[in-house]
Amino acid sequence: MTEDWPLWEVFVRGRQGLSHKHVGSLHAPDAEMAVQNARDVYTRRREGESIWVVRSSDIVASDPNDKGSLFDPADAKVYRHPTFYIVPDEVEGL
Amino acid sequence: MKVTAIPPEHASDPQAPAFAAKLDAETKIEPKDWMPDGYRKTLIRQISQHAHSELVGMLPERNWLTRAPSLRRKLQLLAKIQDEAGHALYLYSAAETLGTSRAEMLDALHEGRAKYAHIFNYPALTWADIGIIGWLVDGAAIINQIMLCRCSYGPYARAMERICREESFHQRQGFEIMVSLSRGTAEQRRMAQDALYRWWWPALMMFGPHDGKSTNSAQSSAWKIKRQSNDELRQQFIDMTVPQADFLKLTVPDPELRWNEARGHYDFGPIDFDELMRVVAGDGPCNRERLGARVKAHDDGAWVREAAMAHAVKRQARAKAA
Repeated sequence: MTEDWPLWEVFVRGRQGLSHKHVGSLHAPDAEMAVQNARDVYTRRREGESIWVVRSSDIVASDPNDKGSLFDPADAKVYRHPTFYIVPDEVEGL
Repeated sequence: MKVTAIPPEHASDPQAPAFAAKLDAETKIEPKDWMPDGYRKTLIRQISQHAHSELVGMLPERNWLTRAPSLRRKLQLLAKIQDEAGHALYLYSAAETLGTSRAEMLDALHEGRAKYAHIFNYPALTWADIGIIGWLVDGAAIINQIMLCRCSYGPYARAMERICREESFHQRQGFEIMVSLSRGTAEQRRMAQDALYRWWWPALMMFGPHDGKSTNSAQSSAWKIKRQSNDELRQQFIDMTVPQADFLKLTVPDPELRWNEARGHYDFGPIDFDELMRVVAGDGPCNRERLGARVKAHDDGAWVREAAMAHAVKRQARAKAA
């Protein structure tokens, strides 16, 4: 029976000025090799210039079943958007 | 009976309607979402087979790395083979989000319990075969994969988008080889023609049995894993490829092949699906060789994988002690 190396999530910064974005995952024995493998697997065409790797087991995710209770309340808070407010037509700079 | 997104055994499951609603709304299903057991099982089978195909797909090409006719061709082929390894990795990762492990999938492949694309059990006899593999085999794969970009399972669809982007160069490098050979010496033209004779029919088989003879199609369509039928995809491939063969002045080995103005498609002769079944069942020209090479590579690499892990554990222990 084959055994797997630990799983890592890979984040790549496309170019300076952008944030790191999740691109996928891979297996590697340690962080150093995870970065090396991520370079070969996810940036063969200059897709990035910086890589983060995080052990998948260290990521804490919200439960999809909580999606409603977590995110739906924002639907009722339209006053958080500028379009909610009525501004007289003649006023500029708002 | 009509096949629906919710199989009978899940009919009273409270989560089932939300799953069906997502499919209707073209919302992707994500790893932690509820899904029918059959949906999960079908995807694990399909995605892992797809990954195995990318992995085994490197084998017919590797013999030609040291025999490529120029440095340019050698670099292209190296890059293509490296991409195939990458594509296998994206796909294995996508399958792992469904709860299977990399090790489980590889063991299934190595023990002959899992399938891979039958096409890689044919030999690459001449350099022209490398051209044909890029042009026809990657060309057929791309048609299938463009469809799969719209598959309902998010991680699979995302892997497909990336693979499609990368694979268009594979098809072009293959066609470029075919153009060079077809404009070359009489011997080179013969080589190109011979390769087309041998690969044309197996390439058409890549799309699977005719609609109606394909066992999983109806359910996969209801689940929006499969968005077009085998015969539709095959026709699309033929319509695309025949004019390219004409450009190369190569003969497609099908006496019944002709443009049908009324249909707006090429008509073509019967495909020998018995051959497909034989090769899938393990009796193709290279099945044993391919699987043998894969198992050997895996076994020969075992000590490297173990050593790398042992090294990582030791370093971690040292860092903790310090």
